[in-house]
Amino acid sequence: MAVKMDPIIQSPMTPQLYRVEKVIRETHDTFSLRVIPKDDSGARAFQPGQFNMLYAFGVGEVPISISGPKPSGRSMIHTIRDVGTVTHALHGLKKDQTVGLRGPFGSAWPIELAKGYDVVIMAGGIGLAPLRPALYALLEQRDQFGELSLLYGTRKPEDLLFTEEFEEWRGKYGVQVKLTVDTADSEWHGNVGVVNTLVQRVTFDPVNTIAMICGPEVMMRFAVLELKHCGVPEDQIFITMERNMKCAVGFCGHCQFGPAFICKDGPVFRYDQVKQFFGIREI
Amino acid sequence: MNKPVIIDPEGLNQLISTLTRMGFQVVGPTVREEAIVYEKLESIKDLPEGFTDEQDGGIYRLKRRSDKALFGYVVGPHSWKKFLHPPERRLWSADSEGNDFKIKPEKLESPKFAFLGVRACEMHAIAIQDKVFINDKYVDPVYQIRRENAFFIAVNCGQAGGTCFCVSMNTGPKVDTGFDLALTEILDTDRHYFVVEVGSDRGAACLEQVTHQQAQNEEVRQAEDVVEKTSGQMGRTLDTTHIKELLYDNLEHPRWDDIAERCLSCANCTMVCPTCFCSTVEDVTDITGTHAERWQKWDSCFTMDFTYLHGGEVRASTKSRYRQWLTHKLASWQDQFGSSGCVGCGRCITWCPPAIDLTEEISQIRDSETQTSKPT
Repeated sequence: MAVKMDPIIQSPMTPQLYRVEKVIRETHDTFSLRVIPKDDSGARAFQPGQFNMLYAFGVGEVPISISGPKPSGRSMIHTIRDVGTVTHALHGLKKDQTVGLRGPFGSAWPIELAKGYDVVIMAGGIGLAPLRPALYALLEQRDQFGELSLLYGTRKPEDLLFTEEFEEWRGKYGVQVKLTVDTADSEWHGNVGVVNTLVQRVTFDPVNTIAMICGPEVMMRFAVLELKHCGVPEDQIFITMERNMKCAVGFCGHCQFGPAFICKDGPVFRYDQVKQFFGIREI
Repeated sequence: MNKPVIIDPEGLNQLISTLTRMGFQVVGPTVREEAIVYEKLESIKDLPEGFTDEQDGGIYRLKRRSDKALFGYVVGPHSWKKFLHPPERRLWSADSEGNDFKIKPEKLESPKFAFLGVRACEMHAIAIQDKVFINDKYVDPVYQIRRENAFFIAVNCGQAGGTCFCVSMNTGPKVDTGFDLALTEILDTDRHYFVVEVGSDRGAACLEQVTHQQAQNEEVRQAEDVVEKTSGQMGRTLDTTHIKELLYDNLEHPRWDDIAERCLSCANCTMVCPTCFCSTVEDVTDITGTHAERWQKWDSCFTMDFTYLHGGEVRASTKSRYRQWLTHKLASWQDQFGSSGCVGCGRCITWCPPAIDLTEEISQIRDSETQTSKPT
């Protein structure tokens, strides 16, 4: 059989080179990298909820969700918590340094589907990062959606991300932004408690609501329970899953969650499609 | 398609030389370290003449046969995946230049393998890996080029092994698709020959270079009898009725705890499995720190760090890893790729040190299913 010869491997496993355009300090342990392709071709289009594999030279590669920019931007923003070897190396990058990038990969938040609905966004910790592009997309066409709510919780007040944007979301777009933290000192005048307690504090029509949730599994479990309790149908609730990931293209097998490959079938899933496996220990 | 023909062992030898002349690296069964493994062949002298194998749970022994059969055994610990999906390969390398670095992709090597002695279950296993690496959303170019180049000389099994259950999985013992040539070895009292089915034009072209004659009806019938006899000899059976639902409904079955008492989490089953495809990546740097490489290596869902996620493993227990492996193989594989991930070759039973037998485990879960509460 005649086989077309290719001198090098054009593989989905080979990163493209991106330049760090800006490093943004978000919190004490979290930062954002805004990157553009080194060949100035403009970042590849992504959909809210998708992720990239970021490579730090000589250290390794990690999946990081895309946290921005606003729809007209040329770059891609990744908000990263400095918790492991690779993320620590990425934290060490400075403006104009090079980072390897593969992506975007994965499924997206159901922005089109949400048209005509109220939208409840629930985020825990760094889970707000992949939801920010969804918010930007909703706000860009604000009149297409009903009530918008952002219910956001972190461990401590100093862990809250993107706080400088909350006023614009509230004031300009009428988003019901409610915050809560697990623990705080007397400086904090807001809510203390888990995110699902905020559901009762915002206005939405449960049967006409699309919910988008991202956070630790335990947080999502209780968030789903609360939303279902309010009457949001299971097929209108979307969650994101996270697992170990090596390839992001369905070859390595690491990210399997029941029948799903989180890299290519997820990370965003409609709840009723994964609920059979959601919450089973060590699945 | 062409009618079956007859070749003798010397014809098989000519076939190996023809393929070698055509630029193929011929690989096939040979005896190494007291097992039948797939390695480079130069002539039929490298084939395991007069050998057979005894297989059972945790048991593999080579034995002498009383005849000079060249394919008188079943499958060993190796599968063809080591050629199509190499156990280790460099994905790319990178060199730093100050604050910058450049990535150097690998050259796409294009080895041409001719696989001699591929069994029916193995043809199915390769078709299953095709779905993972070529026919899904993304394509693995290394697998793809090796796969497209490969020439397949299949062999219909003349006997079944003690852990074989291809009949249950509908994957054998007769080779049905994907081959260029398919041989059935016949050992009469006074005659040793192969009935050859032609599966492709290039198979037919190759056969032109080999001394052969048209097969008589009697010879074709004899070949059919060989496969028929093998079908009746399966060492194991697996009832696959609603097996996906059976496993999905029994994710919390107590049998998983029982298996975990025996399972060593050694990963042997995944290494010998012809369809298991999982891999990991390793980043390495040289001592100067200016040269980095990324390697892909076979991995197993039985290893500790397979599911590592910020601070711990998702599947920390042996129970959860075995459940993942078996449920993936027999159930979720169907949702992912439209077929079972098991071809009934029996390797995972033979090469399991404590002899865990998936056919037995499934039958235990099935038999007790009515007594078990289902997860909500």
